[in-house]
Amino acid sequence: MQALTNRAKAVDRRPMTLAEKMYIPAIAKGMGITFKHLFQKKATVSFPEKTRDFSPVFRGLHVLNRDEEGRERCTACGLCAVACPAEAITMEAAERKEGEENLYREEKYAAKYEINMLRCIFCGFCEEACPKDAVYMSETFAPANYQRKGFIYGKDDLLIPHPKEGK
Amino acid sequence: MTLLSIDWFFIIEKVLLISGVLVLSLVVAMYSTWGERKVAAWIQDRLGPNRAGFMGLLQPLADGGKLFFKEEIIPTNANRFLFVLGPSIAMLVACMTSAVIPWGDTLVIAGRPVSLQIADVNIGILFIFGVVSMGVYGIMIGGWASNNKYSLLASVRAASQIISYELPMGLALIALLMLTGSLSLKDIVEQQRHGLWNVVYQPLGFFIFLVCAFAECNRAPFDLPEAENELNGGYHLEYSSMKLGFFLFAEYINMFISSALIATMYFGGYAFPYMDKLGLDPNMVTILGFVALFLKTLFFIFFFMWVRWTVPRFRYDQLMRLGWKIMIPLALVNMLITGALVLARQH
Repeated sequence: MQALTNRAKAVDRRPMTLAEKMYIPAIAKGMGITFKHLFQKKATVSFPEKTRDFSPVFRGLHVLNRDEEGRERCTACGLCAVACPAEAITMEAAERKEGEENLYREEKYAAKYEINMLRCIFCGFCEEACPKDAVYMSETFAPANYQRKGFIYGKDDLLIPHPKEGK
Repeated sequence: MTLLSIDWFFIIEKVLLISGVLVLSLVVAMYSTWGERKVAAWIQDRLGPNRAGFMGLLQPLADGGKLFFKEEIIPTNANRFLFVLGPSIAMLVACMTSAVIPWGDTLVIAGRPVSLQIADVNIGILFIFGVVSMGVYGIMIGGWASNNKYSLLASVRAASQIISYELPMGLALIALLMLTGSLSLKDIVEQQRHGLWNVVYQPLGFFIFLVCAFAECNRAPFDLPEAENELNGGYHLEYSSMKLGFFLFAEYINMFISSALIATMYFGGYAFPYMDKLGLDPNMVTILGFVALFLKTLFFIFFFMWVRWTVPRFRYDQLMRLGWKIMIPLALVNMLITGALVLARQH
């Protein structure tokens, strides 16, 4: 079998010499190693105060996008729900009424749009499937809640703030 | 000030000294738990406790508070009196040994010489040995009174381990006593103050004593009686709340006392190089001596932790083989050589 790394060493099965049987040199060597580790760089990241940088393709919690004028981009086509392998997305479509042109970009919009964050596997297929650039995955992650129903994110959780009204 | 033919200054002095030493050992034991976790973390490239207070310094208080507020459970079939007696003995014995350790030379306060040693008994080492062996009772009684066969087994193993390692420890000390000719710890320190440290004369004896101290304190690599990661606790399996805390705490006090003892017997105690040539005020020298002893002790506490986080635990048969087949013969050889050399020098 080919070794995965070039660091593999064959096990030495020769009987131990007297020096090895005394353990003391081995213990001293080990203590040297642990002493060195006292001063080495720590692997811990003090999480809430410091966060690690994300990769540019990080997939966190979803957001629903708006266009430049603050209108919702989603047209409730359902492609994201179809693409979703975990079946985490449900939506209900509605028709845009007269006078709602400043709210919804197209004639059809999502009256209800829910993502179950407990089902979601954060694969990003919804983001890829969306023809209207409405669903994006942000860098927010690890939501916390007391109840399971709190993890079903509705439109009020997902929609990004309005660019002008700030809501 | 003598009233009713009692020297009240003497009483006050000793009471203050006893309280001081007790508080010192408790605080050091408390912060050893913090230090242990910090050293463990650093060796494993982690940060360790750092949430409670600056650098996690309030962590021991939080842990102690937690232990105090935990539910106190005494198993139905346990012997209640002995169940409480076990940790009490462990704690009492751990605190008692500090009485004969000379924490410093004499201070002169208002013309009165005040020795920084609670009791300069002329059988100091013997006293320590007697008291330390009593610690086994705490473990045995605790394990037996739990009325749990696993606790009992663990306590039997703990007792046999401690007894096995007490023998080479005693033999190593006999060699030291041949050299010093005194059982009083104060005398031993004074001799080292004017000569070389005993570790120079007794390197093997020191090593044997050190290894046995690890075993006596139930510290890794000899922590089989506890083996918390595989046995879910040993003799203190049934204990909860502060009674468990007492068992654990007694261990840290023991670690502090053993470190202080090693420093006293082999590394000059409160003596430090050139202490009589500095030309300082005697009181100042005494205080510096105390600081020196404290630093030496802290180093050995660190050493205990350092070893714990380096060396894996022995198997029980390995432990017994090391104790009986290696440590005791080694200690005997060391004793014989020392005796021969002492004799040769006399003639």
